Amino acid sequence: MAPVVCFRAAVATIGRFPALAGADLELEDGEVAVLEGPNGAGKTSLLRACAGLLPVAAGEAEVCGIDVRRHPRQVRRHVGLLGHNPALYDDLTVAENLRFALRAAGASVSAAGEVLERLGLGGRLASTPALRLSAGQRRRVALAVVVARRPALWLLDEPHAGLDAAGRELLGELLAEALAQGASALIASHEPEQAVPLADRVLAMGGGRVLESRPGLRKAPPPVTGVIHVA
Amino acid sequence: MSAVSAWPAGRARLLRAVGLVGLVGMGFTVWLGLWVTPPDKVQGNLVRLVYLHPPVAWVALYLAFGTAALSSVLWLWPRTRSRFWDRLAVSAMEVGVVFTALTLVTGTLWGRPTWGVWWAWDARLTSTALLLVLQLGYLALRRVPSDADVRARRAAVAALVAAVDVPIVHFSVDWWHTLHQGATVLNANLSPTIHGAMAWTLLLGFVSMTLVFVWMLAERYRVELLNDRQSEAGLASAMAERWAESGGRAPEVVGERPGERAAAPAGVGS
Amino acid sequence: MWRDAWLVAGKDLRIEARSRVVVNQVAPFAVLVLLLFAFALGPDRAALAQAAPGLFWLAVLFVALLSVQRSSSVETGEGTRDGLRLSGIDPAGVFLGKAAAVALQLLVLEALLTGGVLLLFGVTVRSPAVLAGSALAGTAGLSAVGVLYGALSSGLRVRETLLPFLLLPVVAPVLLCGTRAWEIAFGTAAKGGGDPFVGLLVVFAAVYLALGVVVYGALQEAP
Repeated sequence: MAPVVCFRAAVATIGRFPALAGADLELEDGEVAVLEGPNGAGKTSLLRACAGLLPVAAGEAEVCGIDVRRHPRQVRRHVGLLGHNPALYDDLTVAENLRFALRAAGASVSAAGEVLERLGLGGRLASTPALRLSAGQRRRVALAVVVARRPALWLLDEPHAGLDAAGRELLGELLAEALAQGASALIASHEPEQAVPLADRVLAMGGGRVLESRPGLRKAPPPVTGVIHVA
Repeated sequence: MSAVSAWPAGRARLLRAVGLVGLVGMGFTVWLGLWVTPPDKVQGNLVRLVYLHPPVAWVALYLAFGTAALSSVLWLWPRTRSRFWDRLAVSAMEVGVVFTALTLVTGTLWGRPTWGVWWAWDARLTSTALLLVLQLGYLALRRVPSDADVRARRAAVAALVAAVDVPIVHFSVDWWHTLHQGATVLNANLSPTIHGAMAWTLLLGFVSMTLVFVWMLAERYRVELLNDRQSEAGLASAMAERWAESGGRAPEVVGERPGERAAAPAGVGS
Repeated sequence: MWRDAWLVAGKDLRIEARSRVVVNQVAPFAVLVLLLFAFALGPDRAALAQAAPGLFWLAVLFVALLSVQRSSSVETGEGTRDGLRLSGIDPAGVFLGKAAAVALQLLVLEALLTGGVLLLFGVTVRSPAVLAGSALAGTAGLSAVGVLYGALSSGLRVRETLLPFLLLPVVAPVLLCGTRAWEIAFGTAAKGGGDPFVGLLVVFAAVYLALGVVVYGALQEAP
């Protein structure tokens, strides 16, 4: 099985600063890895590089079998990034933002209502302009977009920050559901108590590189792959 | 001369020779133009500007701006993208600004005694003036601090837009004048009949000006290349610092082609 | 690409409908510009009528600047720019959609300005076809270049001062041709038909729309 993410000695610069200075990463299908490290270690940069948003200048970088260096735009269809700044248009309502994101991804809009309900954004909240939402609610809308798009690779940048306890539980559930359907996930987190139980592996980052790896605490059945033919 | 040189000694010598020949040629042109060639029947001594103005205009518009625009296109095209084109574009544009300004000055100087006004809104002068503004805009854009690749993209697009715009401006001003018949006296081409010694002098002028431009372009390119080398060196030291953050030593070679791996660094657990 | 363009245009127009920036701020600004021109030129009706086409197109340029600034500021901040790139929308579609939204807003403003010009400067329309044709073609060209340069200068801290300096020289031919076409439409020009100028405006629009479609993707890929 080809790994979902394969980075070897990847270097990515922002201006003259090497955000990634030779990062190595291999993520298998259905695996969850947590990135931990101090501020400035390169966790966000690694996630953005996986999403094809940060150009990789040197080394090898493949996501879902696509060379990120050559075809960054193609990669984006397969990933869902939950970043620091939720990509919301302030003047549009929650529902309109979600519908736009869905239509843009070519997905059907019918599931939008369901997803909003699931994330506690239904009812009156759905028709509130994004401007008036709290930071936690904005995060939930961004999460709704990721969930509704059903990507093969989830890239979560400090997902627990800004979410209340109910939100964090919900995140765990949604992630588990997605994983059961064959997705993989890469999570950057400053809160190991929250993140490590979700992870198969924990990767420590520093200075733009992945320094070491240790096993996580996730107990989950391996995803079912392949089709079972019954004669 | 500094110890750092951008390119091999042979090429540097050749360029110096080119520049020298160009300057000498210019000198000859001026001498011939001012003293040897005869004055024109219609324009008198004023015609001597023909040895300066058309060559300068040719360099400004076609050589310099043309090079800049073409380089920008070649940079934007993924298959031919290379730092060389970006450096060439900015060098050509910067040198070109000087020539464009000179074109305007010589054009004005020529026009004043002929037309009686400092500025005439004819197609050529107007589109040259607009070209100057567009070129200044390009240079302003390049001065904004940003990532080299992003800056190159923005500049290339700006150059391309400008390249498409200048002919359109030229046409529109031209048609503007054909409508307003009263302005035909300013339509006068300023081109006197050229023959004999005048033709040779004019040719010399063109050739020398071209050589001078090539020399200036190469020198400017050399500066740009040295600048680039300096930032690359900066990157190497930034990499070393970054690795030091996590207690490792950066690899010596950072490859630039996909698939090329850096040498395995020391101190990385797995 | 066209589906994406429709989607983005709809999104931009919906944002405008909610925030009402064009209606509340830019439209009054347009009328104000006309008034200021009248103050500058003096009360001589003949002079105003003569200058009316040029003043109209100048006002359109200023208004276009504002519209374009607004259009590109909708996507400032890393969040929404990343969002557009991540969504998988074809960048050519983004370009056409945004250009269409800006063009529509400009046309509305131009209608307002035309009314203003007819009222305030006392001119009469001899050839509405030339008037409308040049307005449509000119607007298309302005929107195309505007959105392109809006993307070019997005994320730059000096965007407010740089964008006008970059954009205005490029759209000078629109000003020139539009004014000449309108002079002919108002009957204040010496002679000639408006066709070559409308034609040139169409060429301008076509060229820059094509350029934008090709190049917009490269501009978006800025980390």
